[in-house]
Amino acid sequence: MSAQLLITLPVLIPITGAVLCILAWRSTHAQRAINLTASLALLAAAILLVMRTSAGEIPTVRLGAWPAPVAINFIGDAFSAIMVLLNAIVAVAGALYALGATPKAHERSGYHPLMLSLIGACSGAFTTGDLFNLYVWFEVMLLSSFVLLSLGGSRPQLESAVKYVTLNLLSSFLFLSAIGLTYALVGTLNLAAIAERLAASEDRSLFTPVIGLLLVGFGIKGGLFPFFFWLPASYHTPSPVVSGVFAGLLTKVGVYAIIRTTQLFAPGWSIDGGVIAHALIWISGLTMVTGVLGAAVQQDMRRILSFHIVSQVGYMVMGLAIAGVAFDSAQAPGIDPAQRTALMGAGALALTGTVFYILHHIIVKANLFFVAGIVEQLEGTGELPRIGGLYKRRPLLAALFFIPAMSLSGIPILSGFWGKFILVRAGLESGADIIVAVSLAVSLATLFSMTKIWANVFWAPPPPASPNDTQRPTSPTIAPPTPARTACMYTACGAMALVTIAIGFGAGFAVDLAETAGAQLTDPTPYIQALLPTDAPTDIELTAGEVTP
Amino acid sequence: MNSVILRTTTVFILPLLLMLSLIVLLRGHNEPGGGFVGGLLASAAFTLYVLAAGAKAARHLLHVHPITLAGAGLLFALISGVMSIVAGHPLFDALWTDTKIIGQVKIGTPLLFDIGVYLTVCGVVCAIAFQLSESAEDARDPSPDEADPEGGTL
Repeated sequence: MSAQLLITLPVLIPITGAVLCILAWRSTHAQRAINLTASLALLAAAILLVMRTSAGEIPTVRLGAWPAPVAINFIGDAFSAIMVLLNAIVAVAGALYALGATPKAHERSGYHPLMLSLIGACSGAFTTGDLFNLYVWFEVMLLSSFVLLSLGGSRPQLESAVKYVTLNLLSSFLFLSAIGLTYALVGTLNLAAIAERLAASEDRSLFTPVIGLLLVGFGIKGGLFPFFFWLPASYHTPSPVVSGVFAGLLTKVGVYAIIRTTQLFAPGWSIDGGVIAHALIWISGLTMVTGVLGAAVQQDMRRILSFHIVSQVGYMVMGLAIAGVAFDSAQAPGIDPAQRTALMGAGALALTGTVFYILHHIIVKANLFFVAGIVEQLEGTGELPRIGGLYKRRPLLAALFFIPAMSLSGIPILSGFWGKFILVRAGLESGADIIVAVSLAVSLATLFSMTKIWANVFWAPPPPASPNDTQRPTSPTIAPPTPARTACMYTACGAMALVTIAIGFGAGFAVDLAETAGAQLTDPTPYIQALLPTDAPTDIELTAGEVTP
Repeated sequence: MNSVILRTTTVFILPLLLMLSLIVLLRGHNEPGGGFVGGLLASAAFTLYVLAAGAKAARHLLHVHPITLAGAGLLFALISGVMSIVAGHPLFDALWTDTKIIGQVKIGTPLLFDIGVYLTVCGVVCAIAFQLSESAEDARDPSPDEADPEGGTL
């Protein structure tokens, strides 16, 4: 398969699926089949892409055969390919899980085409090599997610959707302003061309606030401190498959954008990179701590898990920040060359750890939300005091919860342990001891939260039925349980748990992948060369040319 | 709305508007116009018919469901992009033939894309217009089985 076609497929497949679903809008059965088929096809394409990129190849395509800096492009380096693969895994699990969890009414209101366009938009955001195109995919994502969030239209859903949309629109506004400023200052929106011109420019002080603006915009999407409050306010209300996919993917698109732009525009060794890295250290620490403390006081399964998304995003940004600090201190004047190499190595390791952490987290987090959805379907509620004794009645469900929960808290052998291990090692090697200590404390608190859910939902005896409860509560956003539906949902969760175990036991393979991605993030030259080939025609002159001094 | 003048003139204006929308669509590649504007004009024609004869009659006139129309438009746009892949070019590369229709309109994938946009815009705007008009009609004279005894909607 040609590289051009391969890098087009992750966007093309889900969008085609969405179009076919719209055409088949009368038949929910046809839509289910299309959703499942498209997701599986996406998975196949993503696996091919990862295989190609892990060997160091960087497939690119310029749409419409336009020349290099002006064309809309897709590019897949190892990091993008890994993100597309995770996107595909969540899409397949979501399509399977939706067979059992999504109420008929939601399917008739367009659940399938919306979910497919959301998945397509995530693929687009992960593979685009153009700042404005990234914005477009963010908007496609926001539009689909807004409707998905409010499908069914119950009061709590609309309440949460209002918060979600307001904050995300604010983020889009900041992002768009930053794009305008970038174009005015640098004269191009091609990621590689921006990076190249910034690296060549003598005075880039005007661009530092633009990077700040970008980081705030992405930080809102990614749920970073202090912009995270929309997230726990909205993720527990929609149908469980929607919140599972959101929890796995959406904040990570923000994190992906932060990592990509920081490493291209302001890596630690650039003039403003050190300042940004030190700011990110603080932000990541506060994000981890507030997230985990917020979770400690919650009493609803999905609310607890939502706060943990925030805290986990902190870990990913921590890796990026540690890398920035290491690169920055490697530039100190008069530093010993051996120490300098060690610091650069520690920085690359931190980026590897970040990629690995995202790899592990997306699977685990989506799975936990899926399991919480099964509990809600069976018990009619996700509130801890009203559930109990599931370990006796549903031992398999208990196992399905136990694996991702322990992985999330970083128990050895499971995937989360390796992620934390790499990050901690990189942090110690680059001298960021305090943030490492904070992250370990947060790990303990995460374990506490997971044990709280475990003890309440699975071990505690079921609460005595109060005399007012004549019938068991039902949730309007989940289809009522039947054996066939439960089987679909169990299969989806089981498959995700298997992936988690595979990442844990076969950590070598996953680490190799993450290492390739980390190396390409550390030294973005191949990425830049792939986006701006030297044989590109030069007769296209860009309007604003130079960086304004 | 019940106006003899509106109903009578609509019969003449509707085909004119639809023809104009097609002209705007076809001249759009090199001159002002295109699928989006053409689609809006076409949906304006149907919206006029909604005002003159009601949403039910307009649905009957459109013949296909507006959502199907929008879906077909998206499919056309998608096919116009994928055709270049089949030919071994990057996605959305323009492929042209030498054939011309109606004197000066060249046939190629960009024209197909524009037709896709035309149908999508027309379908979506018609869907909104029909829905709004129907809910306004329902609000005016609620049928006894759908009427909400509590009087609230949320």
